[in-house]
Amino acid sequence: MSGSGSGASNTFVEFANVQKSYDGETLVVKNLNLQIQRGEFLTMLGPSGSGKTTTLMMLAGFETATHGEILLDGKPINHVPPHKRGIGMVFQNYALFPHMTVAENLAFPLEVRGMGQAEREEKVQRVLDMVELGAFGARMPAQLSGGQQQRVAVARALVFDPELVLMDEPLGALDKNLREQMQYEIKHIHESLGVTVVYVTHDQSEALTMSDRIAVFNDGVIQQLASPEVLYEKPENAFCAAFIGENNKLNGTVTSATKTSVKVKLPTGETVTALPVNISGKKGEATTLSLRPERVFVNPRSKSIPNMFQGTVQEVIYLGDHIRTRINIAGHDDFIVKIPNSSAHPALNPGTSVKVGWSAEDCRALDAPA
Amino acid sequence: MSDVTADAVSSGPLLAADGTPLKRKLAQTTRKAKIRALMLTAPLVIFLLAGFVFPIGQMLWRSAYNPSFSEVLPNLAAVLKTWDGQGVPGEDIFEIAVADLKQSREDRSIGRAATRVNYDLPGSRSLFTSTARKVKDIDGPPYKEQLIEIDKDWDDPVLWSILKRVSDDYTAGFYLSALDRKYDTGGNIVAQEEVQQIYVKLFLRTFWMSALITFLCFILAFPVSYLLSVLPLRTSNLLMILVLLPFWTSLLVRTTAWIAMLQSEGVVNDILVSIGLVGDENRAQLIYNQTGTIIAMTHILLPFMILPLFSVMKTIPPSYMRAARSLGADSFTAFRRVYFPQTIPGIAAGTLLVFILSIGFYITPALVGGQDGQMISNLIAFHMQKSLNWSLAAALGGILLASVLLLYWLYNKLVGVDNLKFG
Repeated sequence: MSGSGSGASNTFVEFANVQKSYDGETLVVKNLNLQIQRGEFLTMLGPSGSGKTTTLMMLAGFETATHGEILLDGKPINHVPPHKRGIGMVFQNYALFPHMTVAENLAFPLEVRGMGQAEREEKVQRVLDMVELGAFGARMPAQLSGGQQQRVAVARALVFDPELVLMDEPLGALDKNLREQMQYEIKHIHESLGVTVVYVTHDQSEALTMSDRIAVFNDGVIQQLASPEVLYEKPENAFCAAFIGENNKLNGTVTSATKTSVKVKLPTGETVTALPVNISGKKGEATTLSLRPERVFVNPRSKSIPNMFQGTVQEVIYLGDHIRTRINIAGHDDFIVKIPNSSAHPALNPGTSVKVGWSAEDCRALDAPA
Repeated sequence: MSDVTADAVSSGPLLAADGTPLKRKLAQTTRKAKIRALMLTAPLVIFLLAGFVFPIGQMLWRSAYNPSFSEVLPNLAAVLKTWDGQGVPGEDIFEIAVADLKQSREDRSIGRAATRVNYDLPGSRSLFTSTARKVKDIDGPPYKEQLIEIDKDWDDPVLWSILKRVSDDYTAGFYLSALDRKYDTGGNIVAQEEVQQIYVKLFLRTFWMSALITFLCFILAFPVSYLLSVLPLRTSNLLMILVLLPFWTSLLVRTTAWIAMLQSEGVVNDILVSIGLVGDENRAQLIYNQTGTIIAMTHILLPFMILPLFSVMKTIPPSYMRAARSLGADSFTAFRRVYFPQTIPGIAAGTLLVFILSIGFYITPALVGGQDGQMISNLIAFHMQKSLNWSLAAALGGILLASVLLLYWLYNKLVGVDNLKFG
């Protein structure tokens, strides 16, 4: 795990050895240690059942940790009921109260805090203006579009000025264009207000777009905690490499290794030079080589490239800005190469033989999945 | 935008590609589907008309239309309609009366007319039957004198004013009786004598008991429905079967089961005695009174409250309560402000259903109600089956129907009918 908390004073939320089990037989969250910085946008990313939502619910107070401590601003909150935690939350299906108008929905958290009416109205209007729904206060939630409901839900989670806002797959119900637009809006709100946001999603592009740091969850464990660039460029294990972005996977065994380079023998006999990341370096160790499709060169001119293979083009898919090409190399039928759509790269035809190569740094030797 | 409207106006109705107006074209293409839909619903519509609307209409008609007098004594009825109604009529009317009475004697139909008059003038039945028996001896004038000789009641102006009234086939008299009112001799509406005032009291008792039963059902059903709606499907289905079980048992069986439970030597009393809550000699009277009716009816009507409540609660996602809690509301406030208001369509449907069912409930009060647990429907049944005063029964039923419709209208005003969720 990289990028752990830089200083205790700046840590706002802390999970310390947190475990969660629903049935007493299996752990949904296994020994979670996580520090979230003040003002950070942290995304919990993972497939369903990976424990990310459970972690969020424990932080919100709707689930209790079976073991361990959750600290908010240095204070343990395990026994603080949800309504006293002062955490804003945006739910998957917005959970706007259907029997209240938009303004009443937004005033609700202020009302239960005993705020006077004048102040309430002013705050509601301000937050409505912030999400550009200034004229929609008198509408019922059902009269709004999905995107508008989403904005109201975000506004409601922010109207009582919480320092921490949790979002549980808030954009899951929106269509693609709207989702992308809302990603930027939420990001901008986060930047302008400076609140700490913990965001749960299973959509990797959403996580990459919005987050300061991403915690990749799988099987109740954080696989990697890093910024989007690091996560994409330098995945630390085979799960992260496969889960985030597209990835060519080559399985093999280590033949020799140094600190900066490792030779891996593929089952078909070829040897690949790669960067050792998550291997011990023992001879004969099984490893997964991870290689991004856009880091593969077709017909490379340079002679200095250590990995050069001959392959046959299987399939060519035109995607506008790039051309996705499936090539058969080293016994793998599903080796993907993304070729930028430019005059420098002539289009390939299925069936033609082609040379592909890549550098050792782009090919990461990771753990072999069990 | 305005351009488009101007265009449409100037070019007249929109035309389809073949030149026929678009509206007619649309009607043509959908006609077949409409006819098919109509055919599919026709059996039910006919059944409802024949089995529901028509009998109810006929019943209501009967409550205001009773021609028994004018059918039996047609000439007398006709002449009484034009009579001024002052005092006792003269010889001419008596002559017609004697002729009609003779005819009715031959037809053996005088009983019907006598019963009709008896509703308005209790105790007058024998006057007609005995007079009809003796009237054959009169075979010439003076008719008035001879008839009065047979029974001096024929000289009573009150009798004649009532005869004039019943000779009219259309009457509000049954509705007046149903509301403990009657016409006095001058034709004014006055209250019935105190000993005969039973219907209004019974209506009020019916409404009051129904309201109490509805309230009890609501109190009992709300937590159960909530539990059913939050439990995992397997468990809630199992519990739902328990809720529905009474539906699969005969109403009669359930009611008699309550007799076994509640009678003074019954299960409940035995338990109360054995745990020493009541003495053996003063066992609680739980049945054959209002208590029995209320207990049994609450039990029988409970599913009608649970089902709409459950179906509404099932659709309220738990995230609403969570959202409310995360926004700072304690669990009671979250319930009161967020959960409860969303259950109102179910509550409205459930209370409407239970209340309307209970004001017309018959078997249970008849079996376990004793004297003071009777409801208005029991009296309607009495008039239908025992006293055979169908017009009064119809009038009582009409009032019941009107109050149900009134209630429905009130609900529509308060809750909105499209807000009701029955399941």
